[in-house]
Amino acid sequence: MDKLFVLLIAAAAIAFIAWWFFGKHTTTAVSADMVTTDKQDVDVAVSGGYSPSTVVLKRGVPAQITFNRKDPSTCLEQVVFPDFGINEFLPKDENHAITIDTSKPGEYDYACGMNMFHGKVIIK
Amino acid sequence: MTIKNRFIISLILSLPMLVEMVTKPFGLMLPGGNWTMFVLTTGVMVLSARPFIQSAWAAFRHHHADMDTLVAVGTATAYLYSIYAMLTGKAVFFESAAFVVTFILLGQYFEEKMKHAASGAVEKLVNLQAKEAEVLRNGQLISVPLNDVAVGDIIRVKPGQKIAVDGTITEGTSTIDESMVTGESMPVTKQAGDAVIGATINGTGTFLFKAGKVGDDTLLAQIVEMVKKVQTSHAPIQKTVDRVADIFVPAVLIAAILTFTVWYVFLGASLVNAMLFAVSVVIIACPCALGIATPTALMVGTGRSAKLGILIKNGEVLEMANRIKTVVFDKTGTITAGQPQVTDVVGDRKQVLQLAASLEATSEHPLATAILAAAKTDNLTPKVVADFQALQGKGVQATLEGQRAFIGNTKLLTDNQLTPNLQAQMTQLQAAAKTVVLVGLNDQVIGLIAIQDAPKPSSATAIAALKKCGLRTVMLTGDNQRVSQAIADQVGIDEVIADVLPADKAAAVERLQATGPVAFVGDGINDAPALTTADVGIAMGSGTDIAIESGGIVLVKNDLLDVVRALELSQKTFSRIKLNLFWAFIYNTLGIPVAAGIFAGIGLMLSPELAGLGMAFSSFSVVASSLLLNKSKLTTTVAA
Repeated sequence: MDKLFVLLIAAAAIAFIAWWFFGKHTTTAVSADMVTTDKQDVDVAVSGGYSPSTVVLKRGVPAQITFNRKDPSTCLEQVVFPDFGINEFLPKDENHAITIDTSKPGEYDYACGMNMFHGKVIIK
Repeated sequence: MTIKNRFIISLILSLPMLVEMVTKPFGLMLPGGNWTMFVLTTGVMVLSARPFIQSAWAAFRHHHADMDTLVAVGTATAYLYSIYAMLTGKAVFFESAAFVVTFILLGQYFEEKMKHAASGAVEKLVNLQAKEAEVLRNGQLISVPLNDVAVGDIIRVKPGQKIAVDGTITEGTSTIDESMVTGESMPVTKQAGDAVIGATINGTGTFLFKAGKVGDDTLLAQIVEMVKKVQTSHAPIQKTVDRVADIFVPAVLIAAILTFTVWYVFLGASLVNAMLFAVSVVIIACPCALGIATPTALMVGTGRSAKLGILIKNGEVLEMANRIKTVVFDKTGTITAGQPQVTDVVGDRKQVLQLAASLEATSEHPLATAILAAAKTDNLTPKVVADFQALQGKGVQATLEGQRAFIGNTKLLTDNQLTPNLQAQMTQLQAAAKTVVLVGLNDQVIGLIAIQDAPKPSSATAIAALKKCGLRTVMLTGDNQRVSQAIADQVGIDEVIADVLPADKAAAVERLQATGPVAFVGDGINDAPALTTADVGIAMGSGTDIAIESGGIVLVKNDLLDVVRALELSQKTFSRIKLNLFWAFIYNTLGIPVAAGIFAGIGLMLSPELAGLGMAFSSFSVVASSLLLNKSKLTTTVAA
């Protein structure tokens, strides 16, 4: 009886893991706020990933993404934009602004230092 | 709390349990038994392991799982089960949770230290920058911070000082140590008109120079920018790794549950043993070694090459450089020095050169430049001539000390005489692809000067080294077949494609690509299309903007041996990446079945503590192996 119970729980747990991690879960893209007409800003919280994970920026307007790392993980302490040559340390519980070159439209992926967590910047 | 502090705390709290493990067989136990263990482990979990659990939970809410998830699930399972076991009077394994946390933190601590060492290249480059400069303002030399130096400023550099920005010497001579930027170990002598590079160190003389490039435009700034980009780029091989890592962690969790179920439900193992197997699976599987295998090797490899004056643009180039079958060279300026030089003087050397230099003193023709340079090295000063007259398409003539003197090509022969001896030597020199100039006095040719754009001293060695690596070498040039073939024979090139217009170079590279990936080596100005077309474009020397833009690899020095070094370093770095990935993968794939107890029948098992130690060791070994790239030998070695 015990064993049957364990078996059922195990099956349920596996099903849950498969659904939770492999299933389709939508993420919403957030557009940057236009502070003035010539500057755009967006905040990204770093905690077990980047939220929002997709940021939309307007082309040609100088942009800043302000990261605030709440997560103690060493993996997330670095943020890397391979396309822009940015590799910066994010101090914990502090705002850290990164300037993004918005001259070329496109989708630019970024990731943590170990490339385990991913975010995206869309410039259009 | 820093990783170091977390590690120290968990080490101190785990030590009593470690001692007990050793002394237990002799009957020595911890006072307080399970309760002491519970208190110590709780300390470890709360102080040292909490960040793992926090990150794991945050990641979980994002439908994401990473190495923290595995550590958190593994240790929390061991810890919570032990509390239950303690209260119900069963066997506990608190020490497993505590030891795993300690070992993993140890691994992370080393990893952090070594990653710092690996990424130091950019910092070192930035530190090369001079801090201030002595600038001429309103007729006075004043010291200003580097940022205030503008294009056009005249800057004074005293012996031993750093040159602030890129520019051209206006006054004075000196020897300059450029090793930090170009990797060239010998100091270079420079005089008025020569270019100087910012961040290099002035040797013996004081000189003034005019700032040509400042701020982000300087060569050093561009090098820093390139190194930064390549160190954050990913080799294509990494993309596969990432896809694997993304599904890896959830798959491991499923595998752990299966392990537990199979052992407990079907094989009838005790709850404790089934749990231990499952926890071991979770701990051993951490893919962190996989995550750092590529970036650390890339950082170390490109950092080392940058120190040698070899800039590799990104991981893709690095991976491609390993598949190159053919290396195509541009001739002028790449294999040859790009400046015609006097190679032979027939007749009375002093008299012939003196006469030629006097006639060509005011000319700017490249051949004239070569003759004047040769006269200068022989300490001959041109004499003043009168009645100077250019003979269209033939040469020039003038009156020198009352006699008619001339210099020019064979078309002059209709009016002048050539001895059979000189005739024979001329044919011989022409056969060696040299341009021959006739020098004469009073209707009689008195001597010949042979001029050639000679190969650089290192070209033959470099090409021999490439051929030894099994690469096909091809020379692509707009020059005629005879001259090109002569140069090719001198340096040992396999194949010559001559008479190619600059615009057709790219098409020629494309045709060569039919037989395999091609690297093109050029000096960047008219070679830009070919550099872009080739699988790997190697732009040489002079650090022109266009070269940096179109080359995948940029060589700061103008030395063909760097092509060999660049290819060799890419190969070394890439094979190190593959080796790292192999170890990281093998470790996980072999580790999981062992941890799951598949080999338990033959006594091969992993306890959670051993799994934790192994995991720490795997990250450690990958980073250490990357750092070893700094020490690996190059066949064309120079002092790094």
